[in-house]
Amino acid sequence: MSMQSQDIIKRSATNVLTPAPRARDHQAEVAKLIDVSICIGCKACQVACNEWNDLRDEVGHNVGVYDNPADLSAETWTLMRFDEVEDESGKLEWLIRKDGCMHCADPGCLKACPQPGAIIQYANGIVDFQSDHCIGCGYCIAGCPFDVPRISKKDNKAYKCTLCVDRVSVGQEPACVKTCPTGAINFGSKQDMLHQASERVTELQGRGFAGAGIYDPQGVGGTHVVYVLQHADKPHLYHKLPTDPRISSAIHGWKGWLKPVAAVAFFATLAGTLFHYVGVGPNEVEEADEKHEEDTHA
Amino acid sequence: MNKDKLILRTRFIERASHWVMVLCFLAVALSGLSWFFPSLNGLNAVFGTPQLARILHPFFGVVVFLLLAFLFVRFVKYNLPEREDLAWFRNVRQVLAGEHEPALQIGKYNAGQKILFWGIMGLISVLLVSGVVIWRPYFAPWFSIPSIRIGLLVHAIAGICLILLIIGHAYLAFWVKGSIRGMVTGYVSRSWAKTHHDRWYRQISNKQSGSGKQQ
Amino acid sequence: MGLGRRQFFKLCTVGAATATAASLGFAPGMAQATQSRQYKLLRAKETRNNCTYCSVGCGVLMYSLGDGAKNAKARIFHIEGDPDHPVSRGSLCPKGAGLVDYIHSEQRLLYPEYRAPGSDKWQRISWDHAIERIARLMKDDRDANFIEKNDKGTTVNRWLSTGMLCSSAASSETGSLDQRFTRALGILGTDSQARVCHAPTVSALAPTFGRGAMTNNWVDIKNANVVLIMGGNPAEAHPVGFKWVIEAKIRNGAKVIVVDPRFNRSAAVADIYSPIRAGSDVTFLMGVVNYLITHDKIQHDYVRAYTNASLIVREDYSFDDGLFSGYDPAKRSYDRSSWTYELDADGFARRDMTLSHPRCVWNLLKTHVSRYTPDMVTNICGTPKADFLQICEILGTTSAPDKTATFLYALGWTHHTNGAQMIRGSGMIQLLLGNIGMAGGGVNALRGHSNIQGYTDLGLLSLRLPGYMNLPSDAQTDLATYLKQTTPSAVLPDQVNYYKHTPKFFVSLMKSLWGDKATKDNDWGFDWLPKWDDSYDVLNYSNRMYEGKVNGYIAQGFNPVAAFPDKNKAQAALEKLKFLVIIDPLATETSSFWQNHGEEHDVDTAAIQTEVFRLPSSCFAEEDGSIVNSGRWLQWHWAGAAPPGEAWHDGKILGHLFLKIRELYEKEGGANPAPILNMAWDYADPFDPKPEEVAKESNGRALADLHDEQGNLILRKGQLLDDFSQLRDDGTTASFNWIFAGSWTEKGNQMARRDNADSGLGCTPGWAWAWPQNRRILYNRASADPQGKPWDPKRKLIGWDGARWSGVDVPDFAVTAAPGTNTNPFIMLPEGLGRLFSVGAMNDGPFPEHYEPTESPLANNPLHPNVTYSPTARVYESDRKRMGSREQFPYVATTYSITELFRHWTKHARLNAIVQPEQFIEIGEKLAADKGIVQGDLVRVSTQRGYIKAKAVVTKRIRRLAIDGQDVDTIGIPCHWGYEGTTRKGFLANTLTPGVGDSNTHTPEYKAFLVNIEKA
Repeated sequence: MSMQSQDIIKRSATNVLTPAPRARDHQAEVAKLIDVSICIGCKACQVACNEWNDLRDEVGHNVGVYDNPADLSAETWTLMRFDEVEDESGKLEWLIRKDGCMHCADPGCLKACPQPGAIIQYANGIVDFQSDHCIGCGYCIAGCPFDVPRISKKDNKAYKCTLCVDRVSVGQEPACVKTCPTGAINFGSKQDMLHQASERVTELQGRGFAGAGIYDPQGVGGTHVVYVLQHADKPHLYHKLPTDPRISSAIHGWKGWLKPVAAVAFFATLAGTLFHYVGVGPNEVEEADEKHEEDTHA
Repeated sequence: MNKDKLILRTRFIERASHWVMVLCFLAVALSGLSWFFPSLNGLNAVFGTPQLARILHPFFGVVVFLLLAFLFVRFVKYNLPEREDLAWFRNVRQVLAGEHEPALQIGKYNAGQKILFWGIMGLISVLLVSGVVIWRPYFAPWFSIPSIRIGLLVHAIAGICLILLIIGHAYLAFWVKGSIRGMVTGYVSRSWAKTHHDRWYRQISNKQSGSGKQQ
Repeated sequence: MGLGRRQFFKLCTVGAATATAASLGFAPGMAQATQSRQYKLLRAKETRNNCTYCSVGCGVLMYSLGDGAKNAKARIFHIEGDPDHPVSRGSLCPKGAGLVDYIHSEQRLLYPEYRAPGSDKWQRISWDHAIERIARLMKDDRDANFIEKNDKGTTVNRWLSTGMLCSSAASSETGSLDQRFTRALGILGTDSQARVCHAPTVSALAPTFGRGAMTNNWVDIKNANVVLIMGGNPAEAHPVGFKWVIEAKIRNGAKVIVVDPRFNRSAAVADIYSPIRAGSDVTFLMGVVNYLITHDKIQHDYVRAYTNASLIVREDYSFDDGLFSGYDPAKRSYDRSSWTYELDADGFARRDMTLSHPRCVWNLLKTHVSRYTPDMVTNICGTPKADFLQICEILGTTSAPDKTATFLYALGWTHHTNGAQMIRGSGMIQLLLGNIGMAGGGVNALRGHSNIQGYTDLGLLSLRLPGYMNLPSDAQTDLATYLKQTTPSAVLPDQVNYYKHTPKFFVSLMKSLWGDKATKDNDWGFDWLPKWDDSYDVLNYSNRMYEGKVNGYIAQGFNPVAAFPDKNKAQAALEKLKFLVIIDPLATETSSFWQNHGEEHDVDTAAIQTEVFRLPSSCFAEEDGSIVNSGRWLQWHWAGAAPPGEAWHDGKILGHLFLKIRELYEKEGGANPAPILNMAWDYADPFDPKPEEVAKESNGRALADLHDEQGNLILRKGQLLDDFSQLRDDGTTASFNWIFAGSWTEKGNQMARRDNADSGLGCTPGWAWAWPQNRRILYNRASADPQGKPWDPKRKLIGWDGARWSGVDVPDFAVTAAPGTNTNPFIMLPEGLGRLFSVGAMNDGPFPEHYEPTESPLANNPLHPNVTYSPTARVYESDRKRMGSREQFPYVATTYSITELFRHWTKHARLNAIVQPEQFIEIGEKLAADKGIVQGDLVRVSTQRGYIKAKAVVTKRIRRLAIDGQDVDTIGIPCHWGYEGTTRKGFLANTLTPGVGDSNTHTPEYKAFLVNIEKA
């Protein structure tokens, strides 16, 4: 029943010339739609996530806000972020965003990951960490434009939301989606979710949210977790959601141009040495010289 | 081996440091390459498993740095730039062609070796600093994600450059017969010394004749 | 050397070759078969149950280890929502989603324990030992203190020195046994969480509409055009029920309005939020009534036909300067005889359909509310006037016949000295707008615990019996008197007046209670029931305890030291007990009230001489049974595993204890053993009654062959009743709870039905079973006009087909009463009309009136300075001394629940502890700035009664309000943490709350009191 490796379309640290099997990619891309405008921040998704995934984070502290635990961790894969925002007229809004992996179409984590198969992307768009392969380098953290993956202190491996790939692969919705009391989290094909999102945006605009919109950032190729925001023109209001997330140019450089350049340099160096040796021959001190020296000092 | 006919070029402590460093470097470089080139991922087997490689790579890297730092102290005085180095540059084509004439007034290390020396020392420092920035789980959490990203890029570039330098260094040692023996046993023949490091050879000879001491 | 060279050369070559090969794509494919995590439920046993926390009653699927094979010991390892459930549709809130950690809480009790007087430790004991010792203690106390006859010589059969708290989180079957157990012993000091929760709902809604329950149901909220959330916070307290608010909003274009002291999670998704000072809601609501009348936003046809607006009130009724007619200041109570209708010669109420009579209810109401101007509302409530007017205007739009508003409230209205009147106020507004009986309308009491509705239905309150009948008082000396006083006669002609059948309900109950021992000759065992002289509600009873008048107490699934107001007084009261029996799945604060827990609970253990027994009971997941959700749905659930360790089902504990006591009485005799010996306890295994047996008993059965009026056989002797219309008052039927009749019939267990087909407007008549008669929307006759035409064709709940009423819902009406007759829709009331004027049904007035909370930031009531506080609220002298002044304690505090935690319960579940780990309070930015408090500071909040320390959440969501010329700051106090549990140790929030209750039900005023705050 498990997701077969043939359904993987991207695999970390895999040479482009020897890609993951990807013939079986005729399947719908899935998406989780998070409608922030009807989210009550109840944290059912957090609890259901922990429950399904057998995670139990520490019982922490209250630091003067509702956000608990205080941050994502290897054992908190999704977290409600609360922001109190007053507009120019003094109208208060309590913006509550479910934070967690966005399942980018072009995942920065996967790009950055050096260990083959430690991060994979399935044909349906889910980006999953394969803990068994993870080496704990944390490059995924640097690769992620959303600051999502976390390294566990227990086993030094990176973790994040799997979009409940174990549920999705048997035809169920993710645990957070199922449990969401208000229907703020939905799940379906990406096409359907975008359609639903656009309906929600129209409804919100009708209620006076002129800036309502869909957050499906194209800088990372779109995401498989899509937000409906009341203020899509100001995503930073939602606990610093990046306006135009992209994989950092440093990561692009490192995983992009540097590789061929380095490969060429290696070839050039090795070839140079080879041809030099073959061409010039060994650089030997003539025996005569040595004898002469020995004589001199004898 | 008759040591009387040979010149001690490198002391035991330096040779030991060098070769320990070589082993460590090999492991660090191969594991580093395993993460840089996906297709070379198998190279991290030098440390047993990929996970172990990820844990040990930085520690071995630090060992490399410490040994290099030691060697830096021991060798820096021979690697300071000198006026005579210019001759080597002017005749670099003959040097690479393996021609031993004319004599270039080369000290203990030639200008190429000095470049290598400073290159290695510079790159290992960059690798240390960038390596600390990206070192999980100990230090990376103290740095911002953008600085870690830069750290990763810099570490990769510096690593590639260092490996290339070392390949060059190793090749030249292999090419110039007698060099490896010199680093293994510590001794080079007098003719080798005279051929490749004429000025140093003269200095040694003068000292020996003066004090009867080596070096 | 040569070898070395060759090796090095080789290495270089291999390296180059590898790199080359790799670049050409020849690298060996080293992809091991990569797999996602295995799906963990594949063949696990799946058991259906209902969430045990709140009254939404969400369906859950429990997955346990093993596939059900006998040799596998089931252990529940995962719980998720049941997608078939019509309300929850697979959703669970954070509490429900974490249920598995409650089942496996570190604080689950596994074996019986005993704490000796003065001891500082628990010792493990056997069940036998526990049962024997408790039975002995109870019998000795009963024998010593049982009152068989009072001073007047009336048989009262009451035992006041031992009480019992029952748990509205337990199943109705446990509740039935609780009722038998306590009443057999003569216990009056019995209550369930319904007392500290929604008791005012019953006392407000029953007089207004006829039944004291949520009028509509969860799914029906989706039909509303306007949702007013006030006195409640369903997004936090009932998140899954709130699904249907969102559904109304985004599918039905509904406007969602939140009026609350705090911008809460409901407000986060509302269209309009407006602040209100805690405890001032009556002003707001009467202000709305005034607005609707003055702006003519009334559904006149509805009001004229279906409310008592046209009925004429007696001449001697008056209201003057804060007091209604008949007030006796010495007794602090009213003589309510003037608060009733003027009767004509036939004994029916006089009526003026033109509404012009000066004493018709309509005109009295107009006069009464005329003082509640928008300015007065702003002055008392602090609600900005523009907000108030906007809210009134939006509500006013639903006076159109095709528009409805639904009102959602919970403890924000019940926890006040005039809480019942707040609820009344909302009922009056809904009647004026024509929103009762309508799909998408109603006054929806969002009940608390998962079975608090059931425990209310079962009458597990000090003075109640099952089915909303009252326990006889000692003034009702015989059955005839009792029935005469409790059976109403119609106030208008041709009314259904269903309570006229009270004798049938009561006699059937007596037959169920006493079995064959109940005969016509002994008044069906009337004497064996305990008769009351006073309300032994929790405030009364804990005060008696405090005064040393109580010796024994059983707390079954109830945590009084945490749940009672004024924890320090509750603690002092418990310390005076001789013995305390805890029956609970968890280690509660009450069970360890004698332990010193440092600053959070600093007690002198050695000085506490109470013997304590701690008996481990099962939890919802380990039992079969039914619970009743807020929408009155009786839902049956199944056990997914056995109770852990040596834990027993509640029924088994009660069975053993009851039979042990009975055995002692049989052997030894003692204070009137008759009720104990005669109580029917006829179960296959009386030591361990099975839920199925008890449920059938609740439904009731024929004790003889029953024939209808035409002589046709309708039921054979022994058969289960089809519904309560078959009940008889001649002893030929037995039914423990008449409103549950129909829940388990000869057709089987109706509560276990799972057909979720929508018959229209969100009604799912095939899912579970709702009392009464499976009706899903109460008073649905009022959804159609007097001629039977629906007010709104899109909301047609029932219709007349020429012979009968029928429709998507079961008609809440006489099904053959044709339209156009005089029969009115509110069939449980003797006038058949919704009451704008509640006649004498409530203690504190026929119309709601604003009184300040007992601890108020105002010196005087701006409406009538001479009557500032509720004139009828009961305040004991010991509590009055513990009240603080506005000078010492200048800030208004209000306690509440937050989404992540359920009362003092889910703090034992790790999953919930993680998401809200540590005690906090909420404070507005302005007050925080004045006090130098910043986010995350530890603060000390104090009242005259004690203090707590908590982290400060500084927020824009609590505003400073301008009230009657002064600034009033509010401090929000979530009420969840304690000195036991998986969360970080905290203080019990009820350390702060005052021991004063609602005038009608004595439900404590948890929601408005005075505190001071400083940095700790």
